[in-house]
Amino acid sequence: MPNMFTVSPDFPPDHISGWYIFNTWLQKQSGEAIHLEMYDNFPKQREAITQDKIDLIYANPFDAAMLVREKGFLPLVRPAGKSDEAIIAINAQNTVDDVAHLSPGIRVAVTEDPDVHLMGMIMLEAGDLDESNIETMVCDSYVLIAKQLLRGNADVGIFLAEAYDNLSNIIKSQLKVLVRSQISVVHHSLMIGPKLAEKRAVLQKLLVDMNNDEKGRGVLESLGFDAWMPVDDEEMEFMIDLMDTLNT
Amino acid sequence: MLYDMKPEDIIGDYQEVTLNLYGGIKRKVLYTQIETPYPDGKLIVSTTDPDGIITHVNQAFIEMSGYTEDELIGAPHSILRHPDMPSVAFKDLWDTVQQGNKWQGFVKNLRKDGGYYWVKATVIPNVRKGKVVGYTSVRRKPSRTKVEECAKLYPTLF
Repeated sequence: MPNMFTVSPDFPPDHISGWYIFNTWLQKQSGEAIHLEMYDNFPKQREAITQDKIDLIYANPFDAAMLVREKGFLPLVRPAGKSDEAIIAINAQNTVDDVAHLSPGIRVAVTEDPDVHLMGMIMLEAGDLDESNIETMVCDSYVLIAKQLLRGNADVGIFLAEAYDNLSNIIKSQLKVLVRSQISVVHHSLMIGPKLAEKRAVLQKLLVDMNNDEKGRGVLESLGFDAWMPVDDEEMEFMIDLMDTLNT
Repeated sequence: MLYDMKPEDIIGDYQEVTLNLYGGIKRKVLYTQIETPYPDGKLIVSTTDPDGIITHVNQAFIEMSGYTEDELIGAPHSILRHPDMPSVAFKDLWDTVQQGNKWQGFVKNLRKDGGYYWVKATVIPNVRKGKVVGYTSVRRKPSRTKVEECAKLYPTLF
């Protein structure tokens, strides 16, 4: 039976083919049979993890604690120079210029991306806003959050910073950033389950060396990455502890 | 090591008091009424060993505390202790984390230059292979409402 690989459903849509190319590369290099299964949303992916169907995952940091502590996953690598950051944005015509001036009852547009949602809510907390006094609107993508802000259907949007930066200049010119997080240590990671644990050192070396040859670099480019960096157990534990402090 | 604060480091008019800190440490602190606002979007992160000695700080910690990394690593976390903070708050913190639980509260911290900054702090024990090897503290921007509530409450707890 092949190993099952899945990718956190919050990956940018432009990179879907990149993950299939990466999977082919990884199978060839490692000699392991790996099947890539993409899930549309976080609940479906979590169900597969719960049922022990997953052996390899590009995981959202929010899920890392469950993967390590409940399912015995181990970290392999993370993309070099990339961290997950969140942005709080509003319509540019809105006169508010500080989170502290937002009022209870506002409509907040979010995606299902759990770490970005968490970081965004922490930034809203400085304005005495929490889940109990806001109206949450769940959108399927960050572009849709921007649309809700432009149409006046939402007052505030919580964006993945990278997704916000990739919006077109026309859209961005009609929006205003209130806060951008600068957390730096929260990131997605490629992780392996117990079935692949013995191959950890081999897989980690393959991935870290990936940017040393032209083909590997091409595959990384299709994912939007420059290189993979190794993640050791303590770095992962530190991030899990950090997420734990934020999730309160 | 924890040294007494020095007048040459202080910016502005200051008051002086000697604090009795955890572990029987006495420290002379000099403090002003100058607040440094918490920077938007940042988290202040530090890790200590089980005795509260700092083992790791991030850049935001360095910037907000006013100390260098070298001055912070190896110092007790109480280097940030402000005289306006009641000791009962820190007793509650230690009691909570030593039981393996998460602690959260609003804290007024003392800077090297005698000024202060408010944070919302969360402290958790770092459990590795079933053993507590230290504590991680993550501070975020507090709301002004909470700061004002605490500024009124804390003087009543001495």
